[in-house]
Amino acid sequence: MTEQIIEKIEKIEKKHKKKETIRSSVVLKVYRANRRAGESVHYDSIEVPVQRWTTVLDALLYAKAYKDKSIGIRYSCRMASCGSCGMKINGIPRLACYTKVSELEGSTITVEPLANFPHIRDLVTDFSQFFSHHRDMRPYIQNDEADIKDRAKLSEFMQSPEDLDKFLQFSYCIKCGLCYSACPTVATDTKFPGPQALSQAYRYFIDNRDAAGKERENIVDDRHGIWRCHFAGSCSSVCPKGVDPALGIQLLRGHLLGFSKNEKKVADLRERPKRD
Amino acid sequence: MAMLRESQIMKIHYITGIAALFVVAVHILMRLIIPFSLSLEYENVIANYHNIPYVLLLESILVLIAIHGFNGLRIILLELRQSKAWEDGVTILTIVAMMAVVAYGTLTIILANGSRF
Amino acid sequence: MEVADRNNREGMKAWLNPGRYGWERASYWLQRLTGVGLLAYFVGHIYETSSLTQGPDAWAAMLELTQTPMGHLILLLVIGMSAYHSANGIRLIFTHGGKGLGKPGRPDYPYDAVSLNYRQKSGIWIALILAATAMLYGASVLFGGE
Repeated sequence: MTEQIIEKIEKIEKKHKKKETIRSSVVLKVYRANRRAGESVHYDSIEVPVQRWTTVLDALLYAKAYKDKSIGIRYSCRMASCGSCGMKINGIPRLACYTKVSELEGSTITVEPLANFPHIRDLVTDFSQFFSHHRDMRPYIQNDEADIKDRAKLSEFMQSPEDLDKFLQFSYCIKCGLCYSACPTVATDTKFPGPQALSQAYRYFIDNRDAAGKERENIVDDRHGIWRCHFAGSCSSVCPKGVDPALGIQLLRGHLLGFSKNEKKVADLRERPKRD
Repeated sequence: MAMLRESQIMKIHYITGIAALFVVAVHILMRLIIPFSLSLEYENVIANYHNIPYVLLLESILVLIAIHGFNGLRIILLELRQSKAWEDGVTILTIVAMMAVVAYGTLTIILANGSRF
Repeated sequence: MEVADRNNREGMKAWLNPGRYGWERASYWLQRLTGVGLLAYFVGHIYETSSLTQGPDAWAAMLELTQTPMGHLILLLVIGMSAYHSANGIRLIFTHGGKGLGKPGRPDYPYDAVSLNYRQKSGIWIALILAATAMLYGASVLFGGE
């Protein structure tokens, strides 16, 4: 089983022709600024030793531990599961823990905070607006049939594997904000919810346990809503989890345009078996 | 005038785009049915304006492209800034520009059609 | 929709750097550019053709201004822009409706996005090829002389 998985990964890497740049050390050019303290922006160049498996996060933490302990970094799980360490690495939004130094070219790696997020300090940005856009989409199942107060009626919604597959990949979002940072509309439009929120709108819209399809359509059918997405695809190209927010947004738009009228279903409650 | 929902505006944007494609294609091909330089001679151009189906074609291009183009401009400008004054200003400006261009073009068509030069 | 802070937003710089994220981002940038260019040409064209109503002399004066090598080059650009904008526009109408983007499924390593597939990407290339072809044909008509 393990051999099969290794073979599969090697085949994929060969197909993608991932180039490895082997180095013994690299220079990190780190964006430094503390806006609240009125500090101006400057870049610090810090040389760190690297090995074949060193990630950008490892390199930054080495720099913080041994060279300059004042670097502000946000991180947590170190395994692309929490979404905390999003930052711009060589100009592209990436997770620092998921980007190996060996997959980047050049002897200098430029590390900057995520664009489109209000800046706090160094590599740390403010996610409150990002989360409030997500909340605007009402990211929870809305269904009057889900009456869990009356335990006698407690049942479950019928959802087949096919129904699950319609929204599952969008539920893998870790809210890392890379898509929001890459989006050209978010770059200029302060009212645009962003690809993460819109793809979560689709995730709940197409979930057959949710019965608030019309209300969800009304939320995004706004001058600064779903229509300001132009399928630039940058969100999907930077997403580390394969959520493909661009797909979710276009599929939701398909419903608004009437391209996919028949696909939104609402699940039935399973009949509770009668007790003898 | 009842405000249109954004989804209705976008449906109009897509439909005018597709429709404009056909009529503009015909307009361009008209320049190629006779040698290009001849097609720009004053008499030949005026003759086109006396052809009623072609006049209707020109008017439809005018309306379709004005709607599609100025709505596109409205979208770009709305994304640049988001204060109430800016958004209202942009909406009014693009509607006025749309109507002005259609009016000006229609005037040309009517005058050229009725031309006795 | 809540208005978010403009602090640290990339602004128009994000629009002007299309090379970072692949073909779809570049095609979005080109679609905008050609759209604005075509709108500008449209307004100019309505104005220049209105000289018809002022008689043959006004028309001839307008032709003298526009039937020049520079005028032909601009027209060539317009031909390319309209071919690209129309072809890519048709592609966008399909993709905006969720057609040609594939189906959601279960993502696996290397987590490539299903929507950034070659079926819709090839639409961009076809639009570019159509634009180039139209420009070549246009050049043969405008500069070739008949």
